[in-house]
Amino acid sequence: MPTASYAGTEVTVNDEGFFTDSAKWTEAMAPEIASHEGIGELTDRHWQVIKFMRCEYETKGTGPTVRVLGKTSGVPIKELYQLFPKGPAKVAAKIAGIPKPRGCI
Amino acid sequence: MLGGGTGGTLLANRLRRQLPRAAAEIVVVDADDKHVYQPGLLFVPFGLAKPEALVRSRQHQLRAGIEFHCSAIDHVDLQNDTVLLADGTSIGYDVLVVATGARLMPDETEGLLGPGWLEKVFTFYSLRDAAALQGALSAFNGGRLVVGVMDMPIKCPVAPLEFSFLADWFFRPRGIRDKVELTYVTPLDGAFTKATCNRELSGLLGEKGISLVTEFNTGEVDGGGRLISYDGREVPFDLAVLVPLHGGQAYVDRSPGLGDELAFIPVDQYTLQAKAKPNVFVIGDAADVPASKAGSVAHFEGQTLAGNIRRYLAGEPLDAGFDGHTNCFIESGFGKALLIDFNYDTEPVTGRFPGRIGLPLLRESRLNHAGKLAFGWLYWHMLLPGRDIPAVPSGMPKVGKHLSDAAQPGCAPN
Repeated sequence: MPTASYAGTEVTVNDEGFFTDSAKWTEAMAPEIASHEGIGELTDRHWQVIKFMRCEYETKGTGPTVRVLGKTSGVPIKELYQLFPKGPAKVAAKIAGIPKPRGCI
Repeated sequence: MLGGGTGGTLLANRLRRQLPRAAAEIVVVDADDKHVYQPGLLFVPFGLAKPEALVRSRQHQLRAGIEFHCSAIDHVDLQNDTVLLADGTSIGYDVLVVATGARLMPDETEGLLGPGWLEKVFTFYSLRDAAALQGALSAFNGGRLVVGVMDMPIKCPVAPLEFSFLADWFFRPRGIRDKVELTYVTPLDGAFTKATCNRELSGLLGEKGISLVTEFNTGEVDGGGRLISYDGREVPFDLAVLVPLHGGQAYVDRSPGLGDELAFIPVDQYTLQAKAKPNVFVIGDAADVPASKAGSVAHFEGQTLAGNIRRYLAGEPLDAGFDGHTNCFIESGFGKALLIDFNYDTEPVTGRFPGRIGLPLLRESRLNHAGKLAFGWLYWHMLLPGRDIPAVPSGMPKVGKHLSDAAQPGCAPN
Protein backbone atom coordinates (compact mmCIF):
# COMPACT_ATOMS: atom_id res chain seq x y z
CA MET A 1 0.00 0.00 0.00
CA PRO A 2 1.34 3.47 -0.87
CA THR A 3 1.68 6.04 1.85
CA ALA A 4 1.37 9.82 1.88
CA SER A 5 2.48 12.40 4.39
CA TYR A 6 0.07 15.14 5.41
CA ALA A 7 0.58 17.66 8.24
CA GLY A 8 3.72 15.79 9.24
CA THR A 9 1.95 12.44 9.68
CA GLU A 10 2.35 9.40 7.46
CA VAL A 11 -0.92 7.70 6.38
CA THR A 12 -1.70 4.76 4.08
CA VAL A 13 -3.71 5.50 0.97
CA ASN A 14 -4.89 3.36 -1.95
CA ASP A 15 -3.63 3.58 -5.54
CA GLU A 16 -5.92 6.52 -6.24
CA GLY A 17 -4.87 8.40 -3.11
CA PHE A 18 -7.94 7.74 -0.94
CA PHE A 19 -7.35 7.09 2.78
CA THR A 20 -7.53 3.41 3.70
CA ASP A 21 -8.35 4.31 7.32
CA SER A 22 -10.56 7.36 7.72
CA ALA A 23 -9.80 7.49 11.46
CA LYS A 24 -6.22 8.61 10.67
CA TRP A 25 -7.50 11.83 9.12
CA THR A 26 -7.33 15.17 10.93
CA GLU A 27 -8.65 18.55 9.86
CA ALA A 28 -5.10 19.83 9.70
CA MET A 29 -4.39 17.45 6.79
CA ALA A 30 -7.19 18.76 4.58
CA PRO A 31 -5.45 21.88 3.16
CA GLU A 32 -2.46 19.81 2.02
CA ILE A 33 -4.59 17.13 0.37
CA ALA A 34 -6.59 19.91 -1.28
CA SER A 35 -3.52 21.58 -2.73
CA HIS A 36 -2.49 18.21 -4.24
CA GLU A 37 -5.88 18.29 -5.95
CA GLY A 38 -5.27 21.78 -7.27
CA ILE A 39 -7.47 23.59 -4.76
CA GLY A 40 -5.70 26.66 -3.40
CA GLU A 41 -7.57 27.68 -0.29
CA LEU A 42 -10.33 25.87 1.56
CA THR A 43 -13.24 28.27 2.12
CA ASP A 44 -16.15 27.85 4.54
CA ARG A 45 -18.16 26.38 1.65
CA HIS A 46 -15.45 23.77 1.01
CA TRP A 47 -15.50 22.89 4.70
CA GLN A 48 -19.29 22.61 4.70
CA VAL A 49 -18.98 19.91 2.02
CA ILE A 50 -15.98 18.17 3.63
CA LYS A 51 -17.68 17.93 7.03
CA PHE A 52 -20.90 16.76 5.41
CA MET A 53 -18.98 14.01 3.55
CA ARG A 54 -17.42 12.73 6.77
CA CYS A 55 -20.73 12.82 8.61
CA GLU A 56 -22.47 10.87 5.81
CA TYR A 57 -19.64 8.35 5.72
CA GLU A 58 -19.79 7.81 9.46
CA THR A 59 -23.55 7.24 9.47
CA LYS A 60 -23.95 5.34 6.19
CA GLY A 61 -20.62 3.67 5.52
CA THR A 62 -20.18 5.35 2.14
CA GLY A 63 -19.80 8.93 0.98
CA PRO A 64 -22.61 10.47 -1.09
CA THR A 65 -22.57 10.80 -4.89
CA VAL A 66 -22.56 14.26 -6.44
CA ARG A 67 -26.30 14.05 -7.08
CA VAL A 68 -27.04 13.23 -3.44
CA LEU A 69 -24.57 15.92 -2.32
CA GLY A 70 -26.49 18.46 -4.41
CA LYS A 71 -29.76 17.41 -2.78
CA THR A 72 -28.60 17.18 0.82
CA SER A 73 -25.40 19.13 1.56
CA GLY A 74 -26.93 22.58 1.21
CA VAL A 75 -24.55 23.34 -1.68
CA PRO A 76 -26.11 23.11 -5.17
CA ILE A 77 -24.39 20.96 -7.82
CA LYS A 78 -23.21 23.91 -9.92
CA GLU A 79 -21.44 25.42 -6.92
CA LEU A 80 -20.03 22.00 -5.96
CA TYR A 81 -18.28 21.91 -9.32
CA GLN A 82 -16.94 25.43 -8.76
CA LEU A 83 -15.54 24.35 -5.39
CA PHE A 84 -14.18 20.99 -6.57
CA PRO A 85 -13.81 21.34 -10.35
CA LYS A 86 -12.37 17.84 -10.93
CA GLY A 87 -15.45 16.08 -9.56
CA PRO A 88 -17.04 17.08 -6.25
CA ALA A 89 -17.85 13.71 -4.72
CA LYS A 90 -14.50 12.14 -5.57
CA VAL A 91 -12.28 15.08 -4.66
CA ALA A 92 -14.21 16.07 -1.53
CA ALA A 93 -14.06 12.44 -0.35
CA LYS A 94 -10.30 12.42 -0.83
CA ILE A 95 -9.85 15.69 1.07
CA ALA A 96 -12.19 14.42 3.81
CA GLY A 97 -10.08 11.28 4.25
CA ILE A 98 -12.87 8.81 3.40
CA PRO A 99 -12.99 6.09 0.72
CA LYS A 100 -14.14 6.83 -2.81
CA PRO A 101 -17.96 6.90 -2.75
CA ARG A 102 -19.59 3.73 -3.98
CA GLY A 103 -21.64 5.56 -6.52
CA CYS A 104 -22.26 3.32 -9.45
CA ILE A 105 -23.29 -0.16 -10.39
CA MET B 1 -47.59 -5.73 -2.57
CA LEU B 2 -47.05 -2.23 -3.92
CA GLY B 3 -46.45 -2.48 -7.67
CA GLY B 4 -47.54 -5.02 -10.26
CA GLY B 5 -44.45 -4.87 -12.46
CA THR B 6 -41.80 -7.54 -12.90
CA GLY B 7 -40.80 -7.91 -9.23
CA GLY B 8 -44.26 -7.53 -7.68
CA THR B 9 -45.90 -9.94 -10.11
CA LEU B 10 -43.33 -12.72 -9.86
CA LEU B 11 -43.16 -12.46 -6.09
CA ALA B 12 -46.96 -12.43 -5.64
CA ASN B 13 -47.20 -15.55 -7.82
CA ARG B 14 -44.41 -17.34 -5.91
CA LEU B 15 -46.00 -16.49 -2.58
CA ARG B 16 -49.49 -17.54 -3.70
CA ARG B 17 -48.12 -20.98 -4.60
CA GLN B 18 -46.22 -21.29 -1.32
CA LEU B 19 -48.74 -19.91 1.17
CA PRO B 20 -52.13 -21.59 1.71
CA ARG B 21 -55.01 -19.23 1.00
CA ALA B 22 -56.20 -19.54 4.57
CA ALA B 23 -52.77 -18.41 5.79
CA ALA B 24 -52.38 -15.25 3.76
CA GLU B 25 -54.33 -12.83 1.63
CA ILE B 26 -52.26 -11.22 -1.12
CA VAL B 27 -53.21 -7.83 -2.54
CA VAL B 28 -51.28 -6.23 -5.42
CA VAL B 29 -51.70 -2.47 -5.90
CA ASP B 30 -50.81 -0.61 -9.07
CA ALA B 31 -51.83 2.69 -10.62
CA ASP B 32 -52.83 1.10 -13.94
CA ASP B 33 -53.42 -2.28 -15.56
CA LYS B 34 -50.68 -2.03 -18.20
CA HIS B 35 -47.70 -4.30 -17.73
CA VAL B 36 -44.96 -3.24 -20.14
CA TYR B 37 -42.28 -5.69 -21.24
CA GLN B 38 -39.50 -3.19 -20.66
CA PRO B 39 -36.65 -5.08 -22.38
CA GLY B 40 -38.64 -4.58 -25.60
CA LEU B 41 -38.44 -0.77 -25.41
CA LEU B 42 -34.90 -0.84 -26.83
CA PHE B 43 -36.19 -2.35 -30.08
CA VAL B 44 -39.09 0.07 -30.67
CA PRO B 45 -37.05 3.01 -32.03
CA PHE B 46 -35.48 0.71 -34.63
CA GLY B 47 -38.85 -0.63 -35.78
CA LEU B 48 -37.98 -4.08 -34.43
CA ALA B 49 -40.86 -4.18 -31.92
CA LYS B 50 -44.36 -2.73 -32.02
CA PRO B 51 -45.22 -0.72 -28.89
CA GLU B 52 -48.65 -2.36 -28.48
CA ALA B 53 -47.11 -5.85 -28.59
CA LEU B 54 -45.13 -5.09 -25.42
CA VAL B 55 -48.18 -4.43 -23.21
CA ARG B 56 -50.43 -6.90 -21.40
CA SER B 57 -52.85 -6.69 -18.49
CA ARG B 58 -51.13 -6.66 -15.08
CA GLN B 59 -54.07 -8.43 -13.52
CA HIS B 60 -53.93 -11.30 -16.02
CA GLN B 61 -50.33 -12.09 -15.03
CA LEU B 62 -51.47 -12.81 -11.43
CA ARG B 63 -52.53 -16.26 -10.23
CA ALA B 64 -56.03 -16.95 -8.98
CA GLY B 65 -56.26 -15.99 -5.32
CA ILE B 66 -54.38 -12.70 -5.69
CA GLU B 67 -56.46 -9.54 -5.44
CA PHE B 68 -55.55 -6.70 -7.82
CA HIS B 69 -56.37 -3.17 -6.67
CA CYS B 70 -56.00 -0.45 -9.28
CA SER B 71 -55.08 2.86 -7.65
CA ALA B 72 -52.13 5.19 -7.24
CA ILE B 73 -50.51 5.20 -3.79
CA ASP B 74 -50.73 8.22 -1.56
CA HIS B 75 -48.36 7.10 1.18
CA VAL B 76 -47.30 4.32 3.53
CA ASP B 77 -47.91 4.77 7.24
CA LEU B 78 -45.14 2.58 8.66
CA GLN B 79 -46.18 3.18 12.25
CA ASN B 80 -49.68 1.84 11.73
CA ASP B 81 -48.80 -0.80 9.09
CA THR B 82 -51.19 0.77 6.63
CA VAL B 83 -51.05 1.91 3.00
CA LEU B 84 -53.22 4.87 2.04
CA LEU B 85 -54.27 4.85 -1.60
CA ALA B 86 -55.14 7.79 -3.84
CA ASP B 87 -58.69 6.43 -4.30
CA GLY B 88 -59.30 6.83 -0.56
CA THR B 89 -58.93 3.15 0.36
CA SER B 90 -56.63 2.21 3.20
CA ILE B 91 -55.13 -1.28 3.36
CA GLY B 92 -53.63 -2.66 6.55
CA TYR B 93 -50.84 -5.22 6.23
CA ASP B 94 -48.85 -7.78 8.18
CA VAL B 95 -46.10 -7.71 5.56
CA LEU B 96 -45.53 -4.95 3.01
CA VAL B 97 -43.56 -5.55 -0.17
CA VAL B 98 -42.39 -2.49 -2.07
CA ALA B 99 -42.08 -3.31 -5.77
CA THR B 100 -42.79 0.05 -7.35
CA GLY B 101 -39.53 0.28 -9.27
CA ALA B 102 -37.79 3.42 -10.43
CA ARG B 103 -39.27 6.64 -11.77
CA LEU B 104 -37.91 8.63 -14.71
CA MET B 105 -37.12 12.23 -13.76
CA PRO B 106 -36.34 14.08 -17.00
CA ASP B 107 -37.45 17.36 -15.41
CA GLU B 108 -34.51 17.21 -12.98
CA THR B 109 -32.04 17.95 -15.79
CA GLU B 110 -32.12 21.58 -16.85
CA GLY B 111 -33.44 21.99 -20.39
CA LEU B 112 -34.07 18.30 -21.10
CA LEU B 113 -37.81 18.88 -21.53
CA GLY B 114 -37.31 22.41 -22.91
CA PRO B 115 -37.12 23.55 -26.53
CA GLY B 116 -35.95 20.66 -28.68
CA TRP B 117 -37.74 17.95 -26.64
CA LEU B 118 -39.28 15.43 -29.06
CA GLU B 119 -37.67 17.36 -31.93
CA LYS B 120 -33.97 16.81 -31.32
CA VAL B 121 -34.03 15.39 -27.79
CA PHE B 122 -35.54 11.97 -27.07
CA THR B 123 -35.45 9.04 -24.69
CA PHE B 124 -36.55 5.43 -25.14
CA TYR B 125 -37.33 4.50 -21.54
CA SER B 126 -41.13 4.71 -21.90
CA LEU B 127 -43.49 3.35 -24.57
CA ARG B 128 -44.57 6.78 -25.74
CA ASP B 129 -41.05 8.17 -25.92
CA ALA B 130 -39.63 5.08 -27.65
CA ALA B 131 -42.38 5.32 -30.28
CA ALA B 132 -41.68 9.02 -30.82
CA LEU B 133 -37.99 8.26 -31.29
CA GLN B 134 -38.80 5.71 -33.97
CA GLY B 135 -40.17 8.50 -36.15
CA ALA B 136 -37.12 10.67 -35.56
CA LEU B 137 -34.64 7.87 -36.27
CA SER B 138 -36.29 6.84 -39.52
CA ALA B 139 -36.24 10.48 -40.66
CA PHE B 140 -32.60 11.01 -39.63
CA ASN B 141 -30.45 11.67 -42.70
CA GLY B 142 -27.10 12.07 -41.03
CA GLY B 143 -25.34 14.27 -38.50
CA ARG B 144 -24.31 13.93 -34.88
CA LEU B 145 -26.26 11.33 -32.90
CA VAL B 146 -25.43 11.44 -29.21
CA VAL B 147 -26.49 8.75 -26.75
CA GLY B 148 -26.17 10.11 -23.22
CA VAL B 149 -26.69 8.89 -19.67
CA MET B 150 -27.50 11.72 -17.24
CA ASP B 151 -26.38 9.93 -14.07
CA MET B 152 -26.47 6.54 -12.38
CA PRO B 153 -28.38 4.62 -11.24
CA ILE B 154 -30.48 3.77 -14.29
CA LYS B 155 -32.64 0.80 -15.25
CA CYS B 156 -30.74 -1.70 -17.36
CA PRO B 157 -27.36 0.06 -17.40
CA VAL B 158 -26.38 -1.70 -20.64
CA ALA B 159 -29.43 -0.42 -22.58
CA PRO B 160 -27.89 2.87 -23.75
CA LEU B 161 -24.82 0.95 -24.98
CA GLU B 162 -27.08 -1.47 -26.81
CA PHE B 163 -28.87 1.50 -28.33
CA SER B 164 -25.52 2.80 -29.65
CA PHE B 165 -24.60 -0.60 -31.14
CA LEU B 166 -28.02 -0.95 -32.76
CA ALA B 167 -27.82 2.60 -34.15
CA ASP B 168 -24.50 1.71 -35.84
CA TRP B 169 -26.22 -1.35 -37.38
CA PHE B 170 -29.41 0.57 -38.25
CA PHE B 171 -27.76 3.21 -40.44
CA ARG B 172 -25.61 0.81 -42.50
CA PRO B 173 -28.27 -0.73 -44.78
CA ARG B 174 -29.69 2.78 -45.18
CA GLY B 175 -26.36 3.73 -46.73
CA ILE B 176 -25.81 6.70 -44.42
CA ARG B 177 -23.58 5.25 -41.68
CA ASP B 178 -20.66 7.37 -42.97
CA LYS B 179 -22.81 10.48 -42.56
CA VAL B 180 -23.67 9.68 -38.93
CA GLU B 181 -21.27 10.62 -36.16
CA LEU B 182 -22.10 8.42 -33.18
CA THR B 183 -21.04 9.44 -29.66
CA TYR B 184 -21.67 7.73 -26.33
CA VAL B 185 -21.64 10.08 -23.34
CA THR B 186 -21.45 8.72 -19.80
CA PRO B 187 -20.84 10.06 -16.28
CA LEU B 188 -18.76 6.91 -15.57
CA ASP B 189 -15.03 6.67 -16.22
CA GLY B 190 -15.61 3.98 -18.85
CA ALA B 191 -18.32 2.44 -21.01
CA PHE B 192 -19.51 0.26 -18.14
CA THR B 193 -19.11 0.10 -14.39
CA LYS B 194 -17.20 -3.18 -14.12
CA ALA B 195 -13.56 -3.29 -15.23
CA THR B 196 -13.28 -6.41 -17.44
CA CYS B 197 -16.63 -5.74 -19.04
CA ASN B 198 -15.64 -2.12 -19.53
CA ARG B 199 -12.56 -3.16 -21.56
CA GLU B 200 -14.65 -5.42 -23.80
CA LEU B 201 -17.43 -2.89 -24.36
CA SER B 202 -15.07 0.05 -24.89
CA GLY B 203 -13.30 -2.07 -27.52
CA LEU B 204 -16.60 -2.81 -29.19
CA LEU B 205 -17.50 0.90 -29.29
CA GLY B 206 -14.16 1.59 -30.97
CA GLU B 207 -14.63 -1.20 -33.54
CA LYS B 208 -18.02 0.18 -34.46
CA GLY B 209 -16.72 3.73 -34.80
CA ILE B 210 -18.62 5.09 -31.81
CA SER B 211 -16.80 7.83 -29.89
CA LEU B 212 -16.76 7.59 -26.10
CA VAL B 213 -16.97 10.63 -23.81
CA THR B 214 -16.47 9.72 -20.14
CA GLU B 215 -16.89 11.45 -16.78
CA PHE B 216 -19.41 13.79 -18.36
CA ASN B 217 -22.03 14.90 -15.83
CA THR B 218 -24.70 16.64 -17.87
CA GLY B 219 -25.80 19.82 -16.13
CA GLU B 220 -27.86 21.22 -18.98
CA VAL B 221 -29.41 20.14 -22.26
CA ASP B 222 -29.50 22.97 -24.78
CA GLY B 223 -32.26 21.93 -27.17
CA GLY B 224 -30.49 23.87 -29.90
CA GLY B 225 -28.01 21.00 -29.94
CA ARG B 226 -25.53 20.87 -27.03
CA LEU B 227 -25.06 18.82 -23.89
CA ILE B 228 -23.25 20.95 -21.31
CA SER B 229 -21.51 19.33 -18.36
CA TYR B 230 -21.29 20.81 -14.87
CA ASP B 231 -17.56 21.32 -15.43
CA GLY B 232 -18.20 23.34 -18.59
CA ARG B 233 -17.52 20.81 -21.37
CA GLU B 234 -19.86 20.58 -24.36
CA VAL B 235 -20.96 17.78 -26.68
CA PRO B 236 -22.81 18.99 -29.79
CA PHE B 237 -25.67 16.97 -31.29
CA ASP B 238 -28.25 16.97 -34.07
CA LEU B 239 -30.20 14.17 -32.36
CA ALA B 240 -29.79 13.30 -28.67
CA VAL B 241 -31.06 10.05 -27.15
CA LEU B 242 -30.85 10.58 -23.40
CA VAL B 243 -31.43 8.37 -20.40
CA PRO B 244 -33.00 10.67 -17.79
CA LEU B 245 -32.20 10.70 -14.08
CA HIS B 246 -33.92 7.96 -12.11
CA GLY B 247 -35.33 8.01 -8.61
CA GLY B 248 -37.83 6.07 -6.54
CA GLN B 249 -41.57 6.82 -6.67
CA ALA B 250 -43.04 10.08 -5.37
CA TYR B 251 -45.16 8.32 -2.69
CA VAL B 252 -41.92 7.12 -1.07
CA ASP B 253 -41.04 10.76 -0.34
CA ARG B 254 -44.49 11.16 1.23
CA SER B 255 -43.92 8.13 3.49
CA PRO B 256 -41.82 9.20 6.49
CA GLY B 257 -38.87 6.91 7.18
CA LEU B 258 -39.28 4.66 4.13
CA GLY B 259 -36.81 5.92 1.50
CA ASP B 260 -33.44 7.64 1.01
CA GLU B 261 -32.64 10.99 -0.64
CA LEU B 262 -33.45 9.59 -4.09
CA ALA B 263 -36.60 7.78 -2.83
CA PHE B 264 -35.03 4.34 -3.17
CA ILE B 265 -35.57 2.04 -0.18
CA PRO B 266 -32.58 1.10 1.98
CA VAL B 267 -32.54 -2.68 2.57
CA ASP B 268 -30.25 -5.41 3.82
CA GLN B 269 -28.70 -6.42 0.50
CA TYR B 270 -28.71 -10.15 1.36
CA THR B 271 -32.15 -10.60 3.01
CA LEU B 272 -33.95 -7.73 1.16
CA GLN B 273 -35.62 -6.66 4.40
CA ALA B 274 -36.12 -2.89 4.61
CA LYS B 275 -34.08 -1.00 7.18
CA ALA B 276 -37.18 1.05 8.03
CA LYS B 277 -39.14 -1.77 9.68
CA PRO B 278 -38.86 -5.59 9.93
CA ASN B 279 -42.21 -6.25 8.23
CA VAL B 280 -41.27 -4.35 5.07
CA PHE B 281 -39.41 -6.04 2.19
CA VAL B 282 -38.32 -4.71 -1.18
CA ILE B 283 -37.90 -6.37 -4.58
CA GLY B 284 -36.49 -5.00 -7.83
CA ASP B 285 -35.50 -1.49 -8.85
CA ALA B 286 -37.09 0.19 -5.80
CA ALA B 287 -34.35 -1.18 -3.50
CA ASP B 288 -31.02 0.56 -2.91
CA VAL B 289 -29.00 -2.68 -3.33
CA PRO B 290 -25.63 -2.35 -5.12
CA ALA B 291 -26.82 -4.47 -8.06
CA SER B 292 -28.04 -3.43 -11.50
CA LYS B 293 -31.62 -2.29 -11.80
CA ALA B 294 -32.72 -5.13 -14.07
CA GLY B 295 -35.50 -7.69 -14.41
CA SER B 296 -33.05 -10.56 -13.95
CA VAL B 297 -32.15 -9.18 -10.51
CA ALA B 298 -35.83 -9.09 -9.51
CA HIS B 299 -36.17 -12.68 -10.74
CA PHE B 300 -33.17 -13.92 -8.73
CA GLU B 301 -34.30 -11.90 -5.69
CA GLY B 302 -37.72 -13.55 -5.91
CA GLN B 303 -36.61 -16.91 -4.63
CA THR B 304 -34.80 -15.53 -1.56
CA LEU B 305 -37.54 -13.05 -0.84
CA ALA B 306 -40.48 -15.48 -1.09
CA GLY B 307 -38.64 -17.71 1.39
CA ASN B 308 -37.90 -14.79 3.70
CA ILE B 309 -41.49 -13.58 3.77
CA ARG B 310 -42.59 -17.11 4.63
CA ARG B 311 -39.94 -17.24 7.37
CA TYR B 312 -40.93 -13.84 8.71
CA LEU B 313 -44.59 -14.88 8.96
CA ALA B 314 -43.54 -18.08 10.76
CA GLY B 315 -41.28 -16.16 13.15
CA GLU B 316 -38.12 -17.83 11.84
CA PRO B 317 -34.76 -16.13 11.14
CA LEU B 318 -34.30 -14.75 7.62
CA ASP B 319 -31.99 -16.25 4.98
CA ALA B 320 -29.21 -13.88 3.89
CA GLY B 321 -29.29 -15.67 0.55
CA PHE B 322 -29.37 -13.06 -2.21
CA ASP B 323 -25.89 -12.73 -3.72
CA GLY B 324 -26.57 -9.85 -6.13
CA HIS B 325 -26.90 -12.17 -9.13
CA THR B 326 -27.44 -10.21 -12.36
CA ASN B 327 -27.70 -11.53 -15.90
CA CYS B 328 -27.94 -9.29 -18.97
CA PHE B 329 -27.91 -9.84 -22.69
CA ILE B 330 -26.20 -6.98 -24.51
CA GLU B 331 -27.52 -6.63 -28.05
CA SER B 332 -24.64 -5.59 -30.32
CA GLY B 333 -26.35 -5.41 -33.72
CA PHE B 334 -26.04 -7.58 -36.85
CA GLY B 335 -27.93 -10.43 -35.16
CA LYS B 336 -25.41 -10.80 -32.36
CA ALA B 337 -25.35 -10.19 -28.65
CA LEU B 338 -23.09 -10.53 -25.61
CA LEU B 339 -24.09 -12.00 -22.27
CA ILE B 340 -22.85 -10.95 -18.85
CA ASP B 341 -23.48 -12.73 -15.55
CA PHE B 342 -22.21 -11.39 -12.23
CA ASN B 343 -23.02 -10.71 -8.56
CA TYR B 344 -22.00 -8.48 -5.64
CA ASP B 345 -18.55 -10.05 -5.42
CA THR B 346 -17.76 -11.30 -8.93
CA GLU B 347 -17.62 -8.96 -11.89
CA PRO B 348 -18.61 -10.08 -15.42
CA VAL B 349 -15.92 -12.37 -16.91
CA THR B 350 -15.53 -14.55 -19.99
CA GLY B 351 -16.49 -18.23 -20.09
CA ARG B 352 -19.82 -19.96 -20.56
CA PHE B 353 -23.23 -19.70 -18.87
CA PRO B 354 -24.87 -21.37 -16.97
CA GLY B 355 -22.11 -24.04 -17.01
CA ARG B 356 -19.20 -25.32 -19.09
CA ILE B 357 -21.62 -25.97 -21.94
CA GLY B 358 -23.75 -22.95 -22.54
CA LEU B 359 -23.96 -19.43 -23.88
CA PRO B 360 -20.63 -17.62 -24.37
CA LEU B 361 -20.00 -14.87 -21.82
CA LEU B 362 -18.71 -11.41 -22.64
CA ARG B 363 -18.30 -12.28 -26.32
CA GLU B 364 -20.44 -11.44 -29.38
CA SER B 365 -22.42 -14.41 -30.61
CA ARG B 366 -25.55 -15.27 -32.61
CA LEU B 367 -26.49 -17.70 -29.85
CA ASN B 368 -26.79 -14.84 -27.35
CA HIS B 369 -28.97 -12.87 -29.76
CA ALA B 370 -31.26 -15.91 -30.02
CA GLY B 371 -31.22 -16.02 -26.22
CA LYS B 372 -32.26 -12.38 -26.01
CA LEU B 373 -35.19 -12.95 -28.36
CA ALA B 374 -36.25 -16.13 -26.54
CA PHE B 375 -36.24 -14.17 -23.31
CA GLY B 376 -39.46 -12.40 -24.36
CA TRP B 377 -41.35 -15.70 -24.17
CA LEU B 378 -39.59 -16.73 -20.95
CA TYR B 379 -40.56 -13.40 -19.38
CA TRP B 380 -44.32 -13.86 -19.74
CA HIS B 381 -44.40 -17.63 -19.27
CA MET B 382 -41.69 -18.42 -16.70
CA LEU B 383 -40.42 -15.25 -15.05
CA LEU B 384 -43.71 -13.51 -14.23
CA PRO B 385 -45.45 -16.71 -13.08
CA GLY B 386 -42.57 -16.96 -10.57
CA ARG B 387 -41.04 -20.18 -11.91
CA ASP B 388 -37.35 -21.04 -11.77
CA ILE B 389 -35.80 -21.07 -15.24
CA PRO B 390 -34.42 -24.57 -15.95
CA ALA B 391 -30.62 -24.81 -15.43
CA VAL B 392 -30.43 -21.16 -14.27
CA PRO B 393 -29.94 -21.07 -10.49
CA SER B 394 -30.84 -17.96 -8.50
CA GLY B 395 -27.33 -17.84 -7.01
CA MET B 396 -24.64 -16.92 -9.55
CA PRO B 397 -23.03 -20.07 -11.05
CA LYS B 398 -19.21 -20.14 -10.95
CA VAL B 399 -18.74 -23.26 -13.08
CA GLY B 400 -17.91 -22.28 -16.66
CA LYS B 401 -16.58 -18.84 -15.71
CA HIS B 402 -12.95 -17.78 -16.24
CA LEU B 403 -12.75 -16.17 -12.83
CA SER B 404 -9.01 -15.48 -13.02
CA ASP B 405 -9.80 -12.89 -15.74
CA ALA B 406 -11.45 -10.64 -13.22
CA ALA B 407 -9.84 -7.29 -12.67
CA GLN B 408 -10.39 -5.16 -9.60
CA PRO B 409 -13.83 -3.58 -9.63
CA GLY B 410 -13.69 0.12 -10.33
CA CYS B 411 -16.07 2.93 -11.05
CA ALA B 412 -16.38 6.66 -11.08
CA PRO B 413 -18.78 8.38 -8.74
CA ASN B 414 -17.42 11.81 -9.82
